Amino acid sequence: MPALQALQAEFGFIPPEAVLAVAEALNLTRAEVHGVLTFYHDLRTEPAGRHVLKLCRAEACQSMGADALAQHTLGRVGVEWGGTTPGGGLTVEPVFCLGLCACAPSALLDGEPVARLTPERIDALLDGLA
Amino acid sequence: MTTRLFVPRDAGALAVGAEDVAGALAAGLRERGQEAEIVRTGSRGLYWLEPMVEVEAPGGRVAYGPVAAADVPGLLDAGLLAGGAHPLRLGRPEALPFLARQTRLTFARCGIIDPRSLAEYRAHGGYRGLERALSLGPVAIVDEVSRSGLRGRGGAGFPTGIKWQTVLRAEGTPKYIVCNADEGDSGTFADRMIMEGDPFLLIEGMTIAALATGASEGFVYIRSEYPHAIETMNAAINTARAAGLLGAHIQGSAFSFDMSVRGGAGSYVCGEETALLDSLEGKRGMVRARPPLPAHRGLFGKPTVMNNLLSFAAVPTILADGAEAYAAIGMGRSRGTMPIQLAGNIRHAGLFEAGFGMTLGELVYDIGGGTASGRPVRAVQAGGPLGAYFPPSLFDTPFDYEALAARDGLLGHGGLVVFDDTVDMAKQARFAMEFCAFESCGKCTPCRIGSVRGMEVIDRIVAGERTSENLVLLRDLCDTMRLGSLCALGGLTPLPVMSALTHFPEDFSTARRVAA
Repeated sequence: MPALQALQAEFGFIPPEAVLAVAEALNLTRAEVHGVLTFYHDLRTEPAGRHVLKLCRAEACQSMGADALAQHTLGRVGVEWGGTTPGGGLTVEPVFCLGLCACAPSALLDGEPVARLTPERIDALLDGLA
Repeated sequence: MTTRLFVPRDAGALAVGAEDVAGALAAGLRERGQEAEIVRTGSRGLYWLEPMVEVEAPGGRVAYGPVAAADVPGLLDAGLLAGGAHPLRLGRPEALPFLARQTRLTFARCGIIDPRSLAEYRAHGGYRGLERALSLGPVAIVDEVSRSGLRGRGGAGFPTGIKWQTVLRAEGTPKYIVCNADEGDSGTFADRMIMEGDPFLLIEGMTIAALATGASEGFVYIRSEYPHAIETMNAAINTARAAGLLGAHIQGSAFSFDMSVRGGAGSYVCGEETALLDSLEGKRGMVRARPPLPAHRGLFGKPTVMNNLLSFAAVPTILADGAEAYAAIGMGRSRGTMPIQLAGNIRHAGLFEAGFGMTLGELVYDIGGGTASGRPVRAVQAGGPLGAYFPPSLFDTPFDYEALAARDGLLGHGGLVVFDDTVDMAKQARFAMEFCAFESCGKCTPCRIGSVRGMEVIDRIVAGERTSENLVLLRDLCDTMRLGSLCALGGLTPLPVMSALTHFPEDFSTARRVAA
């Protein structure tokens, strides 16, 4: 798993040819590596957008309007959960709890935590992306 | 002496602008030619006041909050460095009712010290526990932990002393210490706060566990959603190693122990102890059937102490101040303190450490101040996504392992998520099933298939399709999941579903939904 995480940290995703390389290096079958790769929500088999927004969908954020916030965001960007905008600019993914439940609703934008989100704040953040 | 300013670097504070505040303070001080040291701390856990800035004024610390970067010039002009008057001035932090009413043992230092400074950790009582443990030896340490009454803070509430005893007696080398810091429950953030605010506490707790059981290596399994915690933990481990507090011959003794961080990859079920072990071994995070217990055959088939972060973090205090002092707090069979996390739609959201026994009502209204939205409280989910929803009519329930279980709930990892009267409980019940389906490891049928069927049945009930028959089916399905699942994910998903159905049946009837 650390090998796959390192690959993703370097390349942003794990291409099919890397699965074979990891399997050979660790003396595993391709099926075993594929199994690990597809089990974990974090690991990608395709590149993500230049920016990644992970919106929290868990209960604490729901209690503060996360569902409406998600609808607003997905609608504005024009993608479904897990989708990337046509130009490859932004990927929007669901996440289940960031541990920022006391400042709900929250999200991670390119790895940085943002909280007490409102549709206006999301708009400002997305406008700020190049 | 240079005045010290304290600005949190806790992820919760960063998420609401603490970095900008620190930057504005540095710039403002430069412009004014004033000198002060900006110390980055963890969070005190008063999240509705974050970013909360503190200054070491002549008469003690003074807090200000919530501070925005734009407030900084005004604060400096008002004499922030001397604790001057300002509308955001909160006064002495310890005097704030939210802090004054707590019993802070595990969180004694969090938000006060620089988490990366070993010297500050020691100056605030750190490593007294390990010192005493080194003089006691394994059997006496285990006995001390047993007498403290400490129970697993991850949710199951298993006595920690018995677990350690089992590993101490187990045959096999090496033995491992594994910390479960895969804090996936919505409404919980105590583990994160400790890792970001007082990481040496966890290192000390795990070192004591190793000393008590004869283990030589430890792992902290941290979820990938906590990048700041991973960074701070790694930094603290390196510092401890450089200071001879990890590695060979700790503090010149015959005892050697080292530890490292492993990052998760976005799987909730890996917070289940056996799935976590599989994940640590580099595999899919699949739940294992028990027995064998991890204490006998855990990581790589070797005897393993697997505890929640908060369990390890309670140990240094127990060793330093003695089991009796810890056991004197609490109620019934729940001894000591619990870091309770108030989250969701609540005015005073944050971390509240207190002895067991306060009622849900006291926590939600007296401490939490009711909802953030100002609307009436309709439900509280206690214990994370697998915990039950409680209506206000049951708010006399004490926060205690047995009392919550007696009302078909659970204490879990100590999270309370508050909902106001706009909540749709049928939707929450459906979400519990959806979450289970999304996160199921897939090994056992009741969880893998039952959760998907559960969503479908709830959809049919809500649509008014043969409601009474489908309600019987839903109860039956919940029984099957509860009794037939391998682990808590499938086994406890019925709790939020059934509690929503039992306490809020009106939300499941078509008539109400049409009217709404």
